[in-house]
This record gives sequence, structure tokens and C-alpha cells, in this order.
Amino acid sequence: MHGYGIYLLKRFAQFVLVVFIGISLTFFITHLTPIDPVDRMVAGMTTFGQSDPEAVEAMREALRALYGTGAPLLDQYFEYWGRMLVFDFGPSLSSFPTPVSQLIGRALPWTFGLLATCTLIAWVLGNLLGGLAGYYRNNLALKTFGVVAMGFHPIPHYIIAFLLLILFGYLWPILPISGGASQQVERGLNLPFVLSVLKHSVLPGLAIILISIGSWFMGMRALVSNIVTEDYVVYAELGGVSRRRIMRSYVMRNAIAPQVTGLAMSMSGFYNAAIIIEYVFSYPGLGRLLIAGVYAGDYGLVLGVTAISIVAVSAAVFLIDVLYPLFDPRVQLS
Amino acid sequence: MLAILRDLLRYNREFAAGTVLTAIVVGMAVLSAFSPYPPGDIYVVAPDLPPSWDHPFGTTSQGQDTFWLLTYALRNTLLFGFSVAILSRLISLLVGMLSGYKGGATDRVLMSINDTFIVMPLFPLLVLFYFVMRDDMTWALLALVMALLGWAYDARLIRSVMMSLRTREFTRTAVFSGMRTDQIVIREHMPYVLPIVFSTTLNNINWSIGLEVTLSVLGFTDIETPTVGTMIFWANQHSALVFGTWWWVVFPTLLVTVTFIGLFLLAVSMNEYIDPRSRLSRMGGGVA
Repeated sequence: MHGYGIYLLKRFAQFVLVVFIGISLTFFITHLTPIDPVDRMVAGMTTFGQSDPEAVEAMREALRALYGTGAPLLDQYFEYWGRMLVFDFGPSLSSFPTPVSQLIGRALPWTFGLLATCTLIAWVLGNLLGGLAGYYRNNLALKTFGVVAMGFHPIPHYIIAFLLLILFGYLWPILPISGGASQQVERGLNLPFVLSVLKHSVLPGLAIILISIGSWFMGMRALVSNIVTEDYVVYAELGGVSRRRIMRSYVMRNAIAPQVTGLAMSMSGFYNAAIIIEYVFSYPGLGRLLIAGVYAGDYGLVLGVTAISIVAVSAAVFLIDVLYPLFDPRVQLS
Repeated sequence: MLAILRDLLRYNREFAAGTVLTAIVVGMAVLSAFSPYPPGDIYVVAPDLPPSWDHPFGTTSQGQDTFWLLTYALRNTLLFGFSVAILSRLISLLVGMLSGYKGGATDRVLMSINDTFIVMPLFPLLVLFYFVMRDDMTWALLALVMALLGWAYDARLIRSVMMSLRTREFTRTAVFSGMRTDQIVIREHMPYVLPIVFSTTLNNINWSIGLEVTLSVLGFTDIETPTVGTMIFWANQHSALVFGTWWWVVFPTLLVTVTFIGLFLLAVSMNEYIDPRSRLSRMGGGVA
């Protein structure tokens, strides 16, 4: 247990470091570039024409306070952190006066639900099939799957999502292509709503799965095909241990640990993918919020989503790290 | 060198397919030098023409010839991927070799920073960067920023290779015979590291082109420079699919997909070649 404690402490330090560097990067991007964000905002606001001048002035004050422009850079930096720590990103410009944190709070469950579910489905399915493909090397169906997965793997997220949109939106319109749930059903914990949510998540979910399943499949196949030549597997086979048991307790058990690490390492990539996929399918998550924020010139929203993204992704990675010793007990010994 | 290429083409189907696909894309990019129309000009041909002998990929709603525009777009996209890959390779080589060879505290600090960049979601950061820069966002600036953010994964790979090289016999021999550290690293270890750098270069080109296409399609780059992403952006701006000018979207999408699969296959076969066990089993000899 002692080893686990030290391990946890190290991983937590890494989590803090990621958040620290990430949030600092957002500060430097917004403060050290030669463009003054508040000027940009004011220019953006003139296009709103109809706004109440007092409200605009109040917003301007809030922005000045948020960026603390004029104060020495170091003071601005501490002020910035003070706001970040309580997730205070000011009011949203595009849906004034709703606070940005409230908009993010509404979008977060959508992104989390979609991404977590589909990443897990792809991970489990990819590893299972990949493991089988590595063990039964001559199975034609698994070989074919390997070729297809390899073909899909390098295609950029946007293009996969776009192809699905064209395929199921225009050519064979059987699935909803936008939104998170139908507007006609009452929101809440009732069956029609849940079904509607599931139905709307099929296409974006499929896109996420298609993108990620190939790398798990190929990684697992390579790992397993190395392990099956190990002496202990050969010995188990000669000793008459059932193939099922060899597969489960001898092969997969040893191959899964690097794949868990792989999941942690590719989390940010999947998050990037989810953003663009949400945008393509107008899914009401963080990704759509971020991109809509850019189009609307909503500074606080873009900054807020970026900051939350950094915290959320590194927290997810930390969670995987916490669970990692379940798959690899050696961590507790060192 | 030539013998290696010949063997690869003969025994490795992925390499052969990857070479053909990449050659198609590079060939088209080279054709941009012979384009009859400058890339920035619009309304040089009749707009919205479907593919024909005169205009093999049709023409856009902005009166550009899709084929010749695409040659420029591919050239810029490939150049972009290449610049990001070269720049980020320098960083990952430096960090990976230093960390792997020095070990100890240097290794721990560098790898903490390294892992930070692996975990960081880069896309929102790049979007934020565009949001601040807006019209000042240029092609070169984006390449620089992406290179600064995209080195971490490969640095870790290079580090692991360096760590195993460091404990080999010949490293000790070199140390005892009085070679300086930089000489050992460059003369003795570099030849082992370079093939890996090469295959990660191909993957990194894919990664950066993927991000560039995504950012461009949303309009978050310098949309005046023709790249595959900005072509799709303009096509979407003119609702090409709704309007029926499908060739404006389909051909760039098709060619960028060909680019991705080609480079990916090359990287995969390169990896396999570096690992001698899998190479032998493919060529029918050896034990594995």
C-alpha cells in the first residue's frame, strides 16, 4: 500500500503540473500576443448595435477586470489565477448576461457522456478483437477487420464525421444528424427523452468509435502476437490449459497494462476529435460551445472552454492513472 | 540503400501501396509549378462547371479551376506538414536524447514537461490562439506553434531507445576510449535513432495536416492561402453540397484522404522494417 501512496502522489503532482502549465499557456497566449483582447472585444461589440450602452460599458468593465489590463504583468498573472481557481470567466457575450461557467456547466455532461461512453466502447471492443486477432492469426474475419480498421485509422476526424453526415443525413436519412435530443420531448428522466438522447448520439458516437478503434486493435494485436511466442504461453498450451483460459489469464492480462497507459496518453487526442465531431453534428457539448464562441467573438466563453478542457482532460488522465495499479500490480511493489 | 528500397517494394505490400499513394499526391503538388492560373486569382474560368476534359475536376463557384487550385492546395498542405514535422523533430530529438542519455534528475524534469504536453488538449489551445490572433494568423506562425506543441509523443519514444543504447557495450567502450559525450551521442547513437525519427516524421506530418485541415475547415487559419482545408472551407461557405457543386468538396477530401493513408502505410511499413524480427518473418526467412 505504501508504494501505491507514493505512486498516487507522483501522479497527482503531474496532474497539478499539467493544469499549471496549461492555464499559464492560456495566460501567455492571451496576454503576450501583440493583440489587446479588450480592443478586439469592443470592436466585436459594435456589431451588436442594439445593445444597451450601459450594459456594454458594464461588460467592458468586467472584461478589463478579467484581463486586468494596465496592471503589471505579474499582478495580472496572479489575478488571472484567482479567477481561474473559482472558474469565474465573467459573463458570456453571446448569451449575455449568463455567466460563462453556467454555459459550460450545461454543456459538460453532454461531452462527458458521449466521449466517455464511446471511448470506452472503442477501447474494449478494439482490445478484444485485437487480442483475438493476435491469438488466432489466420482468422479471415479478424484479418479483414484489421485491414478496414487500418484504412480508417489515419483519416482525419473531420472527414470521417463529414462522411457519416453525408451518408446518413442526405443519402440514407435514417438517423438524426444534429442536436443532442429531440425538441419535442420533455427533458428529464423519462423514456422518450432517454431514447431520443441515445438516437441522437449514434452518429457522433460512431464517428468517435471509428476513429479510435483501429489504434487499439492494431496495438493489441501487436502486443498479443509478441506474447503468444513467450515460453509461459507455449508451456501452458503444452500443459493442456484451455485456450479460453490462456487467452484470458495469460495473454490478455499481460497485454492490457500498456493499453491502459495508451488510453491515458491518447485522451487529449480523443478530446480534440470530440470537439470537431460535436461541431459537425451540432451536439450540445463543449466543442460546439467553443466553436460557436469563436464565431460570436465571445472571449470569455472561448477562454473558459479552453481552461475547462485542460482541467477536464488532465483529470480524466489522472483518474486512469489512479486505476492503473488494478491492471498492473507491479506499481505497488516499486 | 537502393537494395533496401527494392526489398521493401517487393516484400512489403503496405510500403508499395504507401509509395504509390504518396507519389500521386506529391506528383499533383509538383504540378502546381505548371499551373496556367495563379492561385490567388478568382473568376479566371467560368464558375460551377462539372468535371470535363477542359477542367478535369470541374470549376469552383469562385471561378477557379478545381484541379489546378488543388495542386497549390496540396503543395501548401504538404509543405505545412513537412515544416511542422522538421521543426518538432529537432525538439523531440534534443529532449529525447538528452533525457535518455543523461537520466536522473534531468530525465525526470524533462519527462514531466514531456508528459504535460502529451496530456494537454491542443485543439482548444490552437483555437484560443487563433481567437487572439484573428487576421494576424499566418501559415508560418501556425506551423511554428504546432511544432512547439507537437513534439512530446516522439520525444518519449526517442528517449526509450536512448536508454537502451546507453547500457550497451559499445557505449562503454566509447566512454572508456575517451570520446566526448556529444561525439558519442552523434556518431554512435544517432544511426540507431534516425530510422525511428524518420518513421515518426511521417506520423507527425499526418498529425499536423489533420489539425490544419480541421482548423481550416472551421475557418480558423489564414483562409486566403489555398490548402486542402481552406478549399473545403470555401466550398462549405458556398454550400457546395447543397448547391450541387460536389466536385469542389469531393476532390480535396479524396486527395487529403489519399495523403493520410499513403503516409500512414509508409510509416507502418517503416516501423516494421526497423524491427528486424517482423522483417524476416515477412521475407520468409528467420525464426519468428
